[in-house]
Amino acid sequence: MSLTLTLASRNLFHDTLRFVATMVGIVFSVVLVMVQMGLFFGFGHMVTTMIDHAATDLWVVPKNVKCFEDPSLIDLKLRNKIATLDGVATVVPLVIGFSDWRLESGEMTPVFVVGSDLRDGAMQPWNLVEGNVQALSQGFSVAVDRSYFDRLGVTGIGSQAEIRGKKVKVVALTDGIRSFTTTPYIFVDAKNARGFTGTPGDRASDLLVRLKPDADRGTVVQAIRGQIGDAEVLTTDEFRKRSRSFWLFGTGAGAALFAGALLGVIVGTVIVAQTLYSSTKDHLNEFATLRAMGSSNGYIYHVIIYQALINAVVGFAIASGIGALVVQMTAKSALPIVITNWLVAALAALTVVMCVTSALGAIFRVVRIDPAAVFMR
Amino acid sequence: MSDVIIEARGLTKRLGSGAGEVHALRGIDLSLHRGELTLLMGPSGSGKTTLLLILGCMLTPTTGTVTLCGTATSGADKEGLAKLRRDHVGFVFQSYHLFPTLTAAQNVQLALDIRHERGRRARKRAREALDRVGLAHKAGTRPNELSGGEQQRVAIARAIVANPSIVLADEPTSSLDGDNGKTVMRLLADAAHERGQAVLVVTHDPRIVPFADRIIHIEDGRIVEQPSGEAEPPRLPKAAPFEPLSAVGSQ
Repeated sequence: MSLTLTLASRNLFHDTLRFVATMVGIVFSVVLVMVQMGLFFGFGHMVTTMIDHAATDLWVVPKNVKCFEDPSLIDLKLRNKIATLDGVATVVPLVIGFSDWRLESGEMTPVFVVGSDLRDGAMQPWNLVEGNVQALSQGFSVAVDRSYFDRLGVTGIGSQAEIRGKKVKVVALTDGIRSFTTTPYIFVDAKNARGFTGTPGDRASDLLVRLKPDADRGTVVQAIRGQIGDAEVLTTDEFRKRSRSFWLFGTGAGAALFAGALLGVIVGTVIVAQTLYSSTKDHLNEFATLRAMGSSNGYIYHVIIYQALINAVVGFAIASGIGALVVQMTAKSALPIVITNWLVAALAALTVVMCVTSALGAIFRVVRIDPAAVFMR
Repeated sequence: MSDVIIEARGLTKRLGSGAGEVHALRGIDLSLHRGELTLLMGPSGSGKTTLLLILGCMLTPTTGTVTLCGTATSGADKEGLAKLRRDHVGFVFQSYHLFPTLTAAQNVQLALDIRHERGRRARKRAREALDRVGLAHKAGTRPNELSGGEQQRVAIARAIVANPSIVLADEPTSSLDGDNGKTVMRLLADAAHERGQAVLVVTHDPRIVPFADRIIHIEDGRIVEQPSGEAEPPRLPKAAPFEPLSAVGSQ
């Protein structure tokens, strides 16, 4: 280990209380940023979960639709027009919308109905743990996620409830299909979905377009645009970005999360700056001695920067451990915190930048050291 | 190479301004020579420390010149002066100024580290320097576990480890008892006589006079007690080395 690094680490660890205070500041800051950004990514992931799980190449949606949950409708006649175009394999109407679920106890709770032609498989429930999708085509059958059992008053397959006055029966159970809106998703057949959401028979929420294997996507998109009038055609990626953009930035949720993250950075920087400055002040005599011995300012900066880096490394390691725990604890929640490798790398870089920036105050103080002061003490 | 390590000509220094202005130095001419231990003595406020700071490239004179190992210090900025110190000067401070969190060996090694001398060679040189001051066995000890005398010996090891041309010591024995003071002075005398370094010791302590090759008295910012017509204080005949401090005190 280099002597500057040794000196830096000894300066830090010499005062245990101050070191702990510094660590608390850094860990608080990094965990706060990590959670806020993890929520941001988790939210961004959750708001597109339906789009991500749809087995489709293109989405035909009402004009200016903002997100998957948008209640606007399009003319179902477009289905036949699109189906006849070259390169189009299937066109599946999707019927979605909010509805009311009446528990056996009589209590009401809102649900979000997702209905499609289940034989086609374009928008089926996934992570099925009990029952089967085919059963949804029989009568008034529904698939629910078992994380909503309490909310829906469901105990398992065979449980019954009422949607818009129609008795429904649970025939399939999924695991982990959570809604960020906290309103449970209910998967049903398209025909039933019309009744549950009040969607007219000549309308649909979206059309899911699958292409033939040899079809050129751009050409088909252009062809569809020529047929759909006011409606829009989007690729899955475009629809995902639009949904994410609406929920994260259109609603202000993303800005709030970023503001929280920024607060974390500011708090962390201030705490680290304060403790580093106070540590430097306590060691001014040593730095003055170094200067008197002929060390360059750069040498002293190295010691201070090393102190900042040690703070960053230890603080980040602790914060990462806490972050991993938080991720684990929220994995099954309605809004899981998602921490990607990129986020970890960015947070590591941010921690280093934060700590090194914090060292500037200490460095400005050291620049003013008069080496002759050593002779006065 | 010339025997003159440092040469000061016409040094004056004014400190403060207006009514509070003090003439700390009023025209000092002085040369320090290789292999010579010089004492700089004088009452408090006489300008000893100011002169030491100027000779040690920590303060610039108001007028006059200082030439250190052939390099004029005038015009050098703070970093330039630091480089001159790094290249040519070793310091021994009254309060030792060791780094409390480092071991004795690391304290010594620090003087090499700031000169970019690192690794095994630096560790070896630090050990050798500690060996020279008789503290090789305390290499791994922290300063707070050392006596005052031992701490000052570590400080001397730190001052000489990079083999500077000149060692400047500020009251190195003032906090030490007789035996430790004697040991410290013996080490500084060794630096001058065996290693050929110029050693300047600022002191009030009359017990260390026998170790001096030359004594400069300073009062009111001027060198005194030099025969008329001589530009500099005379050199003393070489003192009997290692004379017991108790004997000196009784003279």
